[in-house]
Amino acid sequence: MTQINLDVNGKAHEIDVDDPDMPLLYALRNELGLNNPHFGCGLAQCGACTVHIDGQPVRSCITPVSPVGKGKVVTLAGLGTAEKPHPVQRAFVEEQVPQCGYCLNGWIMTAAALLDQNKKPTDAEIRDALSGVKCRCGTHMGILRAVKRAAEMMG
Amino acid sequence: MGKNVQAIGITRRSMLEAGGALVVSLAAPIAADAVFGLRSAFAQGAKPPLAPDQLASYIAINGDGNVSAFLGKTDMGQGLFVAIGQMVAEELDVPFNSVTVVMGDTATSVNQGGASGSTGIWMGGRQMRMAAAEARRVLVEMASEKLGISVEALTVTNGVVHARSDAASKVSFGELIGGRYFNVQLAWNGKLDNALYAPGKAQPKDPKEHKIVGQPIARADIAPKVFAQQDFCTDIKVPGMVHGRVIRPPVAGAVPVKVDESSIATIVGARVFWDRGFLGVVAENEWNVVKAAQQLKVEWSQTRPPFPDVGALYDHIRKAPVRKRELGKESGNVDEAFKNAARVIEAEYEWPFQSHASMGPACALVEIKDGRATVWTGSQKPHYTREGVAAIIGMPAENVRAIWVPGPGSYGRNDAGDAAMDAAVLAKAVGRPVRLQYTREQGTGWDPKGPASVHRARAAIDNAGNVLAFDFVSKGFSRLDVFSREGRPGDTLAGQLTGAALRSDDAFRLPEQSYEFANKRLAWETIAPLLDRASPLRTSHMRDPAGPQVHFASESFMDELAAAVATDPVEFRLRYVRDPRDIAVIKAAAEKAQWQVRPSPRRDQAGNAVSGRGIAYAQRGPTRCAVVAEVEVDRSSGKIRPRKFTVAHDCGQIINPDGLRHTIEGNIIQGLSRTLWEEVKFDPKNVTSIDWMTYPILDITETPDAIDIVLINRPEIAPSGAGEPSTRPVAAAVANAIFDATGVRIRRVPFTPDRVRAALS
Repeated sequence: MTQINLDVNGKAHEIDVDDPDMPLLYALRNELGLNNPHFGCGLAQCGACTVHIDGQPVRSCITPVSPVGKGKVVTLAGLGTAEKPHPVQRAFVEEQVPQCGYCLNGWIMTAAALLDQNKKPTDAEIRDALSGVKCRCGTHMGILRAVKRAAEMMG
Repeated sequence: MGKNVQAIGITRRSMLEAGGALVVSLAAPIAADAVFGLRSAFAQGAKPPLAPDQLASYIAINGDGNVSAFLGKTDMGQGLFVAIGQMVAEELDVPFNSVTVVMGDTATSVNQGGASGSTGIWMGGRQMRMAAAEARRVLVEMASEKLGISVEALTVTNGVVHARSDAASKVSFGELIGGRYFNVQLAWNGKLDNALYAPGKAQPKDPKEHKIVGQPIARADIAPKVFAQQDFCTDIKVPGMVHGRVIRPPVAGAVPVKVDESSIATIVGARVFWDRGFLGVVAENEWNVVKAAQQLKVEWSQTRPPFPDVGALYDHIRKAPVRKRELGKESGNVDEAFKNAARVIEAEYEWPFQSHASMGPACALVEIKDGRATVWTGSQKPHYTREGVAAIIGMPAENVRAIWVPGPGSYGRNDAGDAAMDAAVLAKAVGRPVRLQYTREQGTGWDPKGPASVHRARAAIDNAGNVLAFDFVSKGFSRLDVFSREGRPGDTLAGQLTGAALRSDDAFRLPEQSYEFANKRLAWETIAPLLDRASPLRTSHMRDPAGPQVHFASESFMDELAAAVATDPVEFRLRYVRDPRDIAVIKAAAEKAQWQVRPSPRRDQAGNAVSGRGIAYAQRGPTRCAVVAEVEVDRSSGKIRPRKFTVAHDCGQIINPDGLRHTIEGNIIQGLSRTLWEEVKFDPKNVTSIDWMTYPILDITETPDAIDIVLINRPEIAPSGAGEPSTRPVAAAVANAIFDATGVRIRRVPFTPDRVRAALS
């Protein structure tokens, strides 16, 4: 057993794991009971497991839990709430973006990090920043509308 | 135990509590004034058995006056429950927000077929509309008796029955029956699944009176998803649960002959279960079971690699013996007409195996306790999941409850049903509840596939450029090699690996269009699967089963004919298409796209980047849809850049235009992804498309600039499906646009840069 300290959504957690190489995703889902993010591929190819570590979007399915250390982990649940939504979340609701919604972590967390760095991205910059995220239902048109809407809200 | 609810306005978890409101009525005493007359005849305190001929199986008025609508279908992310809620609220004359649609739980809904063939509104909604209309009729009769006012003198506003002339003479639905159950028999047609129809005596409203139907009401399940408050089927946990994984062979068809359990001895709590071809592992901790599945040493049987090389696929299809041939209605004498042709145009088209490749690999949880089993599944057909699980664990189906919980989108018979069966086998074996999730490799590599096919089209043309005869045949793997439902173990991997009898059915599809040619013959042929048991290339339903394949070919060919006679592609279609609704969608799409009348291809472009436009249209059941694609082709790289799609769509009455628009957008994008990128690759041993690198789909840099949608609303025509039809013409529209841009015809999907570049050089 290895003891690991994690800072997730502003709360300190101490967990015991059998394997320090276990990906962060499993710690978040099973140890901390955060039913988000999702397992999509385990290969960092799709984005369904995306969280922020110190503001950067990270694929938690391949990130070993032990080196996360003091990094501040934020999940979709910690980005904003229905009462205090992040603008990207608000825009995703207003644009009625998802179908199944399993991919949302990837799009919202990556877009939030983009808009944090670049307040007024062009269409091409948005597409480029999101090019590594997958959506199988084909909601890409809505995603583009929502990210642009969020940028306007934040501008 | 509450119900699993895809709720309006509330999260699933809170609905478990809210759903309990209905159950309270069981304990509530029947009011003294309700024991006589109609009100006791129409209402009862105890819930009647869940049967298709009972009104109570579809509609309940809760103690608080709110309405529960029980739907034996499931919403795969297109907002079906909103539309159903609108139809029910409309017929009942209650506020939309007072209706909760409870979907896909075998304990609360009858088998309406689950998600299936775009029938959610078309057939599921038809039944719910009739049930709600009957509920209103019965409630008004009950009110008439209570108020002493004739039925004709009463009306309903927001769930309150009142005199037309005196709003103070009133009684609410809640007061009439709240917390008790309807005791009303419906005229059930004796059918289950999509065809289930059980009207009462009431007629639904005249569409002219509709106030809620037709409104763009938003989906209330989106906010909980966006704020990470909604559980997916992957998130369900029960006490005592272990995690399970299954292990698939490196060579398709191989089975384990030796399993070295010592190879996972160091992994805490890991255990093996092996039964004939079925091999699984469980562990208390999820990461430990992931590692155990990877580390377990298995010796597999020596089996001959079962597949041809992927490059020989279409040759195999052409040469394979026909297992079943089905001929559509033939008009005229096609063979005779070809003898009189001035010209004969022929072409063949090819479509690969494709994977549902759902966003997350499937997951299911099965708990077996006290002679009963509960299944939590993302399968779109939970009533069949129940039957399959019952059969494979040897339990009567009535002792099994399958609860649909939203999972990754399924788009047909994806891997969800197989996961439920695997979880059931493991749960029975280890005596603990098992949550089983597939790997990405299994999700893409081992789901039932959309069938690969070859399509041969021929047309006889006379001297004046008229089509004398049209001859079209599709030949491919069956779309029902494994059934679209997991209700029989033989249709699932778990069943096939443990010796269940196989029953490979034959089905493909004919083109659905209203082209009238004097001599016309449409046919399909199916061939045997490449491997008959536990094959990663077994084929089943994938969004619009065989529809994209067939219409890629038939609508590309129509374009080839138009070009052969130097006629504008829209004008050419309008010469032959007969149905007025088909004519309307073709014209509407062309007009909205500002279609320029001229033959294809363009001949006015030089340089590397060229652009073009193409049209395609199809019916799907009563729905019809036309799509204009505008694309740019980079001639040196072969890369297709889709610029704009214009869609005209007629599915009869529109229940929710916003939901419909989003559904169409998703279909266009997914259809585009399948057209440009998607092909399941394999080698002689196994499928080699096993993740997003080896099974690429469209990414957002390739998403079009715009999708313009023209919705043709026909309130007088019963609503039909929208979940699939607009995916049907996409590939042909893109192929026709590439031809317009380049003068080169691409006849094999997908249109990858390599393939396009090769075709252009």
